[in-house]
Amino acid sequence: MSVMSDERTGGRQAGGSGPWPVRGVRAMGRGLALAALAPWEVLLFCLMVTAISLLGVGIGVFLVPALAVALRGTTAITRRLAGQWSGVEIEDPYRPQPAPEPGFKGLMQRNQWILTDPATWRDLAWTLVSPVVGLAIAVLPLALVGWGVFGLIMPLVWEDIADGGGNNWYAMIKVTSDGSALMAAALGVPIILGGLAAGPHLIRLHALLAKSLLAPTEMSRQVRHLTETRTDAVNTSAAELRRIERDLHDGAQARLVAMGMNLGVAERLLAKDPEAARAILADTRQASATALNELRDLVRGIHPPVLADRGLADAVRALGMDSPLEVEVNAELPGRPEAPVESAMYFAISEALTNAAKHGEAQRVTVELWYETGRLRAQVSDDGVGGADPSRGTGLRGMERRLATFDGVLAVTSPTGGPTTLTMELPCVLSSPKTSSS
Amino acid sequence: MRVVLAEDLFLLRDGLVRLLEAYDFEIVAAVDTGPDLLQALVEKRPDVAVVDVRLPPTFTDEGLQAALEARRRIPGLPVLVLSQYVEQLYAKELLADGTGGIGYLLKDRVFDPDEFVDAVRRVAAGGTAMDPEVIARLFAGTSSSAADPLARLTAREREVLGIMAEGRSNAAIAERLVITERAVIKHTSNIFAKLDLPVSDDDNRRVLAVLAYLK
Repeated sequence: MSVMSDERTGGRQAGGSGPWPVRGVRAMGRGLALAALAPWEVLLFCLMVTAISLLGVGIGVFLVPALAVALRGTTAITRRLAGQWSGVEIEDPYRPQPAPEPGFKGLMQRNQWILTDPATWRDLAWTLVSPVVGLAIAVLPLALVGWGVFGLIMPLVWEDIADGGGNNWYAMIKVTSDGSALMAAALGVPIILGGLAAGPHLIRLHALLAKSLLAPTEMSRQVRHLTETRTDAVNTSAAELRRIERDLHDGAQARLVAMGMNLGVAERLLAKDPEAARAILADTRQASATALNELRDLVRGIHPPVLADRGLADAVRALGMDSPLEVEVNAELPGRPEAPVESAMYFAISEALTNAAKHGEAQRVTVELWYETGRLRAQVSDDGVGGADPSRGTGLRGMERRLATFDGVLAVTSPTGGPTTLTMELPCVLSSPKTSSS
Repeated sequence: MRVVLAEDLFLLRDGLVRLLEAYDFEIVAAVDTGPDLLQALVEKRPDVAVVDVRLPPTFTDEGLQAALEARRRIPGLPVLVLSQYVEQLYAKELLADGTGGIGYLLKDRVFDPDEFVDAVRRVAAGGTAMDPEVIARLFAGTSSSAADPLARLTAREREVLGIMAEGRSNAAIAERLVITERAVIKHTSNIFAKLDLPVSDDDNRRVLAVLAYLK
């Protein structure tokens, strides 16, 4: 992300539009505005440190969350200004807030959420850095211009200063005469111009400084990504387990119960009414076949046997054979990926084939499957009508989530009128090189 | 009739042995791993082998691989493969050498002992026994466009084609559909004409042609 935003601003002028002196003057104002934040930041720092030190006596737990809101609000201003004024986009670095809980438990939870987030401590560090280094940078444009103006008016004021016993140095010029005062005035001009020219860049420097503390670190970004994908994965697998439990409960399990009952009845009838017993036994056999069928379908949905037996390439070929479409499979894998990765890719391709048959009005599908530079890649192209939109189709979103669990990605090209091409990528390593049969 | 049996679950192996013995088969070997199966097939050269797809040590398609390897060494060795699930891919591999003597059935089919034993005998005689599930998937896998010759078959003809693809003789088809054998012959010649397949009196070659056509 950071790379992208840097590139974007690279093409833009620092400090907004307009001729450079205007931008210079604007930078002075912006520097002042940033400087105005400094006292508030100092105050916040002191309050926050106090609140944290009061955690031990209990009051802190009420103060910390409230102050954290103020702290985050303040750094949010800095972030927003960095983006608006200098094009330095700074993302929010905070961890997602846990689901709010009522009462004392919720309060402790909020405290924990705030205090264990490194971003809080980086915010706090910023309220210390900003009033010192940040302030210096922010007021520098104004200071330079002001100093330049002071040089410019030196011919008018030097005598008064000298009479008053003040410092009569202006930069490296000792002002002791009209002549040297004019030299100071001449020096004032480039200083003013330099101040104006440097202004926007200094404001941008301030923004970059802010970014170094207020942007999410690479680590925190990864943590956030992992947290999100893990939550997805856990939810998906929990839902899967519930579905399997329900299927077993309503299907095979219920049938076994019925079969046991029927067998009991048949046993009793055997002597009295052999014909009736025979009919019940035939029913029971039928029920056992149905139960087996259901179990088989269930197993296919959990982990397809052919995938376990043969690996991905042959499993995808088997998918192609079962599809009502004409499917050409070109699979070249030098080994087998980890089972979960294999399974994720299998179900993604299966979903893609189903979509092509269901929505795409396709006749022909080509599936390419290969491994390259540490990535398992699959491309599913059909000759259907196109118009597949990942933001609308739950199928495509499900596919995306399934792949995201393993840091995989899905790319969809599907112009209206077709054709549709889905490209899936999963980073993985392949195990034991074993040639797949073709 | 001499049978080699490969099944790793003791209960099922035991049941199969009892079932086959009840129908006067002689079990010359009942093994439970892929390597043992291959050895038994090559050494005993049975009249037919009944093989579970998934076997130790790998618990993958070990049984299928051993059967295919045995058929490479002993061409035409009759093998009936049993599985908890059927895959067109495996059916295709089994049929690939085109010599017949191949069966591929769901394990559930042993629930009907007469039918099952009939399939074993058919395979032993060099015939074919494809599971109805395989055939159903073959049909489902063919496109349903009007250009497809299959669409030109009548419902009855499709029915006959399906049972024929399982490897049944005309007599068996007639019995199943409760029609005369002559009617079956009429249907089959219609089917072969519509699908443009070479007519053959040999049951087995007929089945292979049909299966090849379907995929």
